[in-house]
Order: sequence, then structure tokens, then C-alpha cells
Amino acid sequence: MIQVQNLTHRYGDRVALSNVGFEVKTGEIFGLLGPNGGGKSTLFRILATLMAPTEGRAAIAGDDVVRSPALVRRHIGVVFQSQSLDKALTVEENLRAQGHLHGLSGPELRGRMASAMEHLGLADRRKDLVETLSGGLRRRVEIAKALLHRPRVLLMDEASSGLDPAARRDLTRHIESLRDREGVTILLTTHILEEADRCDRLALLHQGSIVTEGSPSELRSRIGGDVVVLESAGAASLAAGIESRFGLRPTVTDGRVRVEIPNGHRFIAEVVEAFPGAIESVVLHKPTLEDVFVHETGASIE
Amino acid sequence: MRRGRPLSNFFLPVITLWQRELVRFWRQKSRVLGVVASPLVFWLLIGYGSNDLARFYSGALVLTVMFSAIFSTISIIEDRREGFLLSMLVSPAPRTSMVLGKILGSATLAWIQGLIFLAFAPLAGVSIGALALLPVAAAIFLISFTLTGLGFVIAWSMGSTSGFHAIMNLLLVPMWMVSGSLFPMATAHGWVKAIMWVNPLTYSIALLNHVLRLPNAAPGGVASLAVTAAFGFVLLMASGAMAARKNAV
Repeated sequence: MIQVQNLTHRYGDRVALSNVGFEVKTGEIFGLLGPNGGGKSTLFRILATLMAPTEGRAAIAGDDVVRSPALVRRHIGVVFQSQSLDKALTVEENLRAQGHLHGLSGPELRGRMASAMEHLGLADRRKDLVETLSGGLRRRVEIAKALLHRPRVLLMDEASSGLDPAARRDLTRHIESLRDREGVTILLTTHILEEADRCDRLALLHQGSIVTEGSPSELRSRIGGDVVVLESAGAASLAAGIESRFGLRPTVTDGRVRVEIPNGHRFIAEVVEAFPGAIESVVLHKPTLEDVFVHETGASIE
Repeated sequence: MRRGRPLSNFFLPVITLWQRELVRFWRQKSRVLGVVASPLVFWLLIGYGSNDLARFYSGALVLTVMFSAIFSTISIIEDRREGFLLSMLVSPAPRTSMVLGKILGSATLAWIQGLIFLAFAPLAGVSIGALALLPVAAAIFLISFTLTGLGFVIAWSMGSTSGFHAIMNLLLVPMWMVSGSLFPMATAHGWVKAIMWVNPLTYSIALLNHVLRLPNAAPGGVASLAVTAAFGFVLLMASGAMAARKNAV
């Protein structure tokens, strides 16, 4: 449904995207996970037909985003990170305006507005001014608006940022039901791990390049066994000590030493014994997407 | 389905944008006061001060229209990067209909505020009969449309609102000052007179003076109408061309 090939984008000398390529299949939720400034927004803007890339191509439902933006715009619904609602208008007025932009009017538009508001639980708020709604509700209006013309692809840019955990879970549920009920293909960008974990597939974007892609469980399984995180005042020297003593390849991020190792519980006993007094705290956990990111890039996602 | 209705695909977005401007305006009625009040105070002070309200009337009316047109188009800067205009840019609605809708909407607001200012015409000794109202209202609308086009071109080419004050103080206000609003062309110094001849706003003020039958209508009536309309048309085309560019944000 979405094809991206050799996409490169430069702002002057700065390379924002470098030879990015991936494919999103029909009816899947595809996540672009990466830290802010990693190139997600640039990629998003290119897919949303707001910007032409310096090199490479991207196509949605077979139509090229640069050569046929008008056709692509019929296929996509877009939820922006910043609000694209008019706060001085009501929920209903915002949706009606959006319908008009897509050439919808009359009973057809009214029917679609009613069902969109129904699905997203907005029916009783339809006469309310958007400025009186909470962040979570506004986001739902954005989604209702993006879906009004029944797009085949929904593009969402950091759609859950600024939402509390409950509103975020709520949003994820809506997205999943959209995929299951309507077969909509969803591409979202995020730097929030829980959200990324709910995607069918993920691409990790770091410094403008895709470092790896796969389903969340596939990605996690690439890290054998457990992850042990050691907090230490002298993280760098501890890491060097671990490397020479155990023959491991620890990574250091934010004053923490991270070790990927099978049977982590045994390693903990040995390492604490080996470096008495050097370790302030120890955490053992199963690999998370954060660990995958650190594993692939040596950098933290936050 | 949509291919079969090209006209409604073009005009529905125009109408919806136009309507949006009006609804927003109606919900923020205090804006009217702000836009009309300062030119009004300015006009009354300078008019009573020089004991010639009539001479400054057209200028003050154009200033009202200009303030309104600029203030409502300047919102494009924010609106395009994070706001309602974003969803318009990713919709299949033609960019030209977006431009026309926005300009018509803002022009209508400027026009309404111009008409409010027109209510003070009797103070300037101008009485407008029912029949004369039509050309006056039409002239004010044309000027509103032109200045909104100017606002659109300025706003679209600006990356942020930070440069806005500079544009206002260094371009728009001086442009207004040398348009015949404060002094007639006849008595102006040579180089100022030259600027006045090429300043499109001179023709807008002259057009108003003509329809209101006020003195100091330096360029002729036909020339005033033609130049104002042509300026508006050029700005509309420029706005359309700018908005149609590929990298919209």
C-alpha cells in the first residue's frame, strides 16, 4: 500500500533522510520509531504530499507522492502532530468543512459525519466548540476528520504525544478497531515505546536512516536472553572492566551500563562480586524496544 | 464520483472557507471594535485638529480596511504550519480554491468593517443616497479584496510572524501615508509625487474619493478603478501561484 524507495532529503547541507526504503502492506499498522530529530517528521511530510524529497520516490496505493499529489490526497487521511482543527468552530463545523474540502455534501456528508462521531464517541459533543474539549477528545476529532472521506491509508504524526496514558490507550484501541473493521492501512510515527509495541511492524529510524525493521516481537528476539542495567558513578570504567573481565560488549547511555546476556540473574551475582562498591543499582528485564534501539544504534531513544 | 462534479469540487471549498472566516469573526465580535476604533480615533483627531474631516475620510476608511485585511491574512502564517490550513493542503481541494476562499472570506470581513466606518460618513459632510450606496459598497469591496490579496502574498512568503511588524511599519503604513490619504498629490514634493504615481494604494484612495464625491481625486475615476482592479487581480494570481508550489510548508 505504501512504497518508499531510496528516499533522501537534505535541508541545505543537513541530511534529514538518507536512502530510506520500506514497504507497508494493506491493513497493517506500521510504526516509524525513533527519537525526535531522527527524520520522522520529514518522512511524514513527504508522504503527506507537503514536501518533495531531494531524491528517491514514495508511492501510496500506486500513486507517486510527487508526480500525482492530487491522487495521493484522495487516498490518505492525515492526523498531524499539531492541531489542524479550527478551535473557534464546533466539532460538527470542523467535520463539515473537512467534508467540503473532499467534495462531500448533503445527506452523504451528514451520514458520514454521524457515523464518524458515533465511532469515536463524539456524538454528544458535536455542538461543542473545539477549544472547550480536552486533549484526548480533540485528538479523536482529528481522527474523525481524517477518516471522513474513507481514506485507504491513515497517516498519523506523533498522534499520541501530549496525551495521558488513558487517552493514549483509548487512541490505540480506536486505531486497532479501524484496522480490523475497515481494513485501513495505518502508518504512524512515534517515540513512545508502548505505542510502538502495539504496531504490527516497525522501522527504527535513527539519524535519517532506517536501522532495522520487523515486528516488535521479532525485533526483541534479536537480543538474546536478558538485559541487565547497572547504575554506577563510574559507568565508563565499569563498562571497560566488564568488557575485559567477562568478554562482553556493554553499552553506556546516560550513566548506565547495559549488558545483553542470557541468564542475566547469574551474571548479576558475578558482576556485583567482581566490582564491589562500584554498582549503585541493578535492573534485570526482558528486552524492550528501547533495548532494541540501543542495541542497533548505541543511542537512547528518549 | 468526485470527477463528475468538478464545479462543486472547486466551489465547495471556496464556500466553506469563506463561511469559516465569517463564523469565526462573528464569534469574536470584539475584533470589529479593535479594527474600526483605531482608524476612527486617528481620523477624528487629525480631522478635528485640522478642521477638515472630509480630507482624511477616505484615507481612514482605507486604513480600516487595510488593518482588517492584514490581520485576518496574517493568521495564515501559523495556520499553515500548525492549523486548519494544514488539512486543506493535504486534501484534494485545488489550492486555487483554497486561495480564493481565504481571500474572499477575509475580504468580506474587511468590507463589513469598511461599511461600519461608512456609517461615520455624515461627520465628513458626505451624505450617501440609497442609489449611491451601491457603487460605494462595490468600491470598498474591491479595495478590500485587493488589500486582502496583498496580505495573502505577504503572509504566505513569511516564515514566521516575527517579521510582521517590520512589514507593517516599513512597507504598509508608509505605503498608506503616500497614497493621498494625508496629503494630496498636487502639493507633494517631486520624488514623493513619483512614488504616489506608482503606489497602487493611491488609486484606491482616489477611487473612494470619486464614489464619495470628495475632493482631491487626483488620478481619474476610470484609471483608479482599472488600477485597483488590476492590482487585485495580479495579487490573486500571485497568491494562487505561491500556494500551488510543491513545498507548501
